[in-house]
Amino acid sequence: MKNTLSRLKYLYRKASRAGADYYNAPYRAAIARARREEDDLFMLLVFSEMMGIPNPAGWYCMELQPLMLERFHDWHTRMGMERSPLDNFRCC
Amino acid sequence: MSSIILMVLGLGGMALGFFVYSKFLAHVVFKLSDQFKTPAVEFEDGIDFVPTNKFVLWGHHFTSVAGAAPIVGPAIAVIWGWLPAFLWVTLGTIFFAGVHDFGAIWASVKNKAKSVGTLTGEVVGTRARAIFSIVIFLVLLMVNAVFGVVIAKLLINNPGSVVPVWGAIAVALVIGQAIYRAKMSLPLVSLVGVVALYFLIYIGPSMPVSLPESVAGLSPSAAWIVILFVYAAIASLLPVWVLLQPRDYINGLQLFVGLAALYAAVLIANPTVVAPMINVDVPAGTPSMIPLLFVTIACGAISGFHGLVSSGTTSKQLAKETDARFVGYFGATGEGALALAAIIAATAGFASLADWQAVYHSFGQGGVLAFVEGGAAILSAGTGLDIAVAATMLTVMAALFAGTTMDTGLRLQRYIFQEWGEIYNIKWMAKPLPATLLSVGTCLALAFGAGGADGSGGLLIWPLFGTTNQLLAGLTLLVVTVMLVRRGSPTFFTLAPLVFVLAMTLFALLIQLKGFYEKADWFLFTMDLVVLVAAIFVTLECVAALKRAKTEARLSSAAD
Repeated sequence: MKNTLSRLKYLYRKASRAGADYYNAPYRAAIARARREEDDLFMLLVFSEMMGIPNPAGWYCMELQPLMLERFHDWHTRMGMERSPLDNFRCC
Repeated sequence: MSSIILMVLGLGGMALGFFVYSKFLAHVVFKLSDQFKTPAVEFEDGIDFVPTNKFVLWGHHFTSVAGAAPIVGPAIAVIWGWLPAFLWVTLGTIFFAGVHDFGAIWASVKNKAKSVGTLTGEVVGTRARAIFSIVIFLVLLMVNAVFGVVIAKLLINNPGSVVPVWGAIAVALVIGQAIYRAKMSLPLVSLVGVVALYFLIYIGPSMPVSLPESVAGLSPSAAWIVILFVYAAIASLLPVWVLLQPRDYINGLQLFVGLAALYAAVLIANPTVVAPMINVDVPAGTPSMIPLLFVTIACGAISGFHGLVSSGTTSKQLAKETDARFVGYFGATGEGALALAAIIAATAGFASLADWQAVYHSFGQGGVLAFVEGGAAILSAGTGLDIAVAATMLTVMAALFAGTTMDTGLRLQRYIFQEWGEIYNIKWMAKPLPATLLSVGTCLALAFGAGGADGSGGLLIWPLFGTTNQLLAGLTLLVVTVMLVRRGSPTFFTLAPLVFVLAMTLFALLIQLKGFYEKADWFLFTMDLVVLVAAIFVTLECVAALKRAKTEARLSSAAD
């Protein structure tokens, strides 16, 4: 009985994984792209004060800057700027 | 004749094609190898390139290629009798569609999973690339216009299906939210979703909805077409996870359930095929069977649309090169099975020959409505389901397939307009909303231009849609053949379908051109002319590219 139950559980998990694969596979790229666009906007908000765009949450955004550092290089190259656009925030 | 014989012969032939012919293609023509590193493995990034289990990938490939088109085409084409449609679907799947889909995946996998469009540019030439994008635009335009008309017909013919068809969209929206936002378990959500959908189908016939005689001066058919395009425009602007993704998923489940139920019902009820084997007494105005049969049934025998799926998404996820056979060839076989079910429903689902003739009273009649009517009779006889519920079930299945294709088609058409906006520096056209409006506008113009004020004659462009689709298939086969020539592999097995498809397409376009001229239908005459010019260019490209490739191959072998 216990064996059957664990077997059923195993099959359910397997079906669930295959189902998730089936559900996600064709749209993975489109969703990743949409997500990246949102992230890009967020990046712009975080660094907006430095670019002269007033931001009421500027103080709190500063705290986030170190966390975004890793993705900063990707971001500015993707936005068509070869080097960091900020004077006091160097990148490459 | 018993329809079980048709089913066994058809499915048996296709199975033989998969087990024998595709194996031959894999070993002798495409020379697949397990050692080859596919793009999914080489460039794995968790987003575009993901090695995927071949069964999952097959499920995908199959459900994205099988839609409303393999139902509509065969159900129109049985007007010439069941035998021609049956032979073209069966042999077409074995020797044309299977080779085409398999070849498209192979060609893409060998070239870093690039799309057929890009490959046409690289392998054949930039001029061919330009023709390719024009043909794609025409296919999308026609498919959207035609499917708008098809769904409107379905909704008017079966008022009981209105609630489940639109209800299915609500179910899809809830599924999308449950999975994406609430991260609920997929099997549970699917189960609840399917139960909800079938509950709607069950109660649908008791809550029929019909539009009044005149909606803002439009007939019900025209009003439905406009409503459908408004819906499709909104749907195509939404993020994919909100509606398109869950609806695609439900459609996939529906396809498996519907197909299994139909074949099981055929086995149990064993309905008799009442339609003639070859219809010698075709209604007046029916065009000649050769070549029109070969463009009326495009999806289900060979369809260029598959090349877009094969090379766009499938090839990026193929874990092993040898999987291309199962995913591509067997995917096409699945679609052939759907087309075969449509043939059986449209020829064996009627009580007598007179009933059948009453439905097929002129060319372009029957079609998806005959599939629903005949299929419902078979389903009800085989499973004991109430006939109204069975009809609603099939209507919902066909309408959802067509709806998803419309939504995707409109989205792709919008991308093309946006791209043109960027290339030619037209700022407003590069934005999503104006580009969508432009797409909807062109589709509506086509639907009403071809179908008259109430749009009901829009199915007249169906064969024209078939020809454009075949042109696309021709271009894909050309890419595959040129690649084979360069590799020194046998080319007969892709060249023969290519020549046949192009010849039939050109022939059909000329015949239709004459027909439109005689009827003085200048709108369709112009459309036909545009497609004909594209077809001539494709043919010239084929001859030139193959000549070039043969000379190159000869020179390089001489140099060795």
